[in-house]
Amino acid sequence: MICQECHERPAALHFTKIVNGEKTEVYFCEKCAHEKGEYLFGGHPAFSLNNLLSGLFSSEPLFSSNAASHGEDEHCEKCHMTFQKFLQTGKFGCAHCYTAFDSKLTPILKRLHGGNTRHQGKIPKRMGGALHLQKELHLLREQLNEMIANEHFEKAADVRDQIREVEHKLSGEGGGA
Amino acid sequence: MSLERFINQQTSSWMSGGGPYSDVVLSTRVRLARNFSDVCFPTVFQFDDAKQIVEQINTATSKKLSLELLKMEDLSPLQKRVLVEKHLISPLLAESSLYGAALISEQEDISIMVNEEDHLRIQCLSSGLQLQETLNEANRIDDMIEESVQYAFDEKRGYLTACPTNVGTGLRASVMIHLPGLVLTRQMNRIIPAISQLGLVVRGIYGEGSEALGNIFQISNQLTLGKSEADIINDLGSVVHELMMREQSARDALVKTSHIQLEDRIFRSFGVLSNCRMVETNEAFQCLSDVRLGIDLGYIQHISKSILNELMILMQPGFLQQYAGGPLRAEERDVRRAALIRERLTMKETN
Ligand SMILES: [Zn+2]
Ligand SMILES: [Zn+2]
Repeated sequence: MICQECHERPAALHFTKIVNGEKTEVYFCEKCAHEKGEYLFGGHPAFSLNNLLSGLFSSEPLFSSNAASHGEDEHCEKCHMTFQKFLQTGKFGCAHCYTAFDSKLTPILKRLHGGNTRHQGKIPKRMGGALHLQKELHLLREQLNEMIANEHFEKAADVRDQIREVEHKLSGEGGGA
Repeated sequence: MSLERFINQQTSSWMSGGGPYSDVVLSTRVRLARNFSDVCFPTVFQFDDAKQIVEQINTATSKKLSLELLKMEDLSPLQKRVLVEKHLISPLLAESSLYGAALISEQEDISIMVNEEDHLRIQCLSSGLQLQETLNEANRIDDMIEESVQYAFDEKRGYLTACPTNVGTGLRASVMIHLPGLVLTRQMNRIIPAISQLGLVVRGIYGEGSEALGNIFQISNQLTLGKSEADIINDLGSVVHELMMREQSARDALVKTSHIQLEDRIFRSFGVLSNCRMVETNEAFQCLSDVRLGIDLGYIQHISKSILNELMILMQPGFLQQYAGGPLRAEERDVRRAALIRERLTMKETN
């Protein structure tokens, strides 16, 4: 086997590259492998992360046995991705996959995101009219509880008014959406 | 405004070496992963979908941002490699995307990758440590796109991405940091596991495995779900500040205890770079790191700090071959690399 980069020296190292579940074998001599190291493995997680993911999922006996017993019939009706295929590649086929595999996803998300399963960040403005209000409501209620706990009753009354206002807006939004 | 410019323009604005805390932090990068709601992810989508995504995003951004659209199919392998080396596109986009494209700003501080692992990867780059500013810029672009694009978003899971490692905020913030003091005092081996405990990832971005070429590390958040964007960058920022403090004390300690050894090491590396006729990537990185430390500590004067930032991009194989006008064997690249570095050093000396 000759190095695929310089076509001169004998290949000393061989790498398996996995992109979108497709495996490619590449062969390099030591010198070229070093030169190419950054290009292939730096910058993008596709190479290391996929392996890590498959390892992460399949090391969980719960998933593999579950998936095996259900066979191929468990799939996303929109893109036809199967859960088995997802475990192999670590990637979903479409947004609906998140709904289709929801119950199996929670433990995976917990492992990947330090126990978290719910989004706490940005909400798109376009779709988020009601969502933004709900988030505001949630924050106000937290404030209210804190104020009552600290016996700041006057401020608490103000916050209660604000909560009513948001609730009112929200009922309007809900009717519209 | 053309492809040639992105290929031939040597340095991007974020490589300039300015920016806050630039004696330790080289650059800041923020990336947002986004998908269109009604189109399958690039994992399984068809050519027509891919094409439609490129057209839609080009229209969505063309009114308010001046970005140049580069389609991967129009680029030669070498041109793509240069863009990868400049961090403007990823190897995945370059090598195996279906109708992949990138929208890049003139300053090369914005790059929107299209049809990579997700439909969109909005990426902003800045010099030095500028997490909040860079996030603001990415959010500005995100909001602008959102005016005409319906994103795949779920109340419970947030922004939906092909890989569940990115779901939620879709945010990956990373800081490229030069830590010669901590490496020389052998502290990195203890620090890396400690940082990993905090939900952050540390890796050498040049070189393989745990060995970081040029003592350059990239620190980024691992978790994207369950924390707000502000919390993610604040947590990353506070770890970076802690690292900068430790790096500073390591440098102070080295100067105090091993002043002559340090000076010797720095000027030896300077000697190698000023005189070499062939140099491999590894050695070049190590010497550049020493010289840069020498500049930071005041041992070496009249040479710009940006030498490390610029040369670590320019001395890569793709760039060297681009300048040579064609493919080079590894040995020929070593010769070209040496010439480039010598030229760059003397250029600043006569200034
Ligand atoms: Zn070779
Ligand atoms: Zn699906």
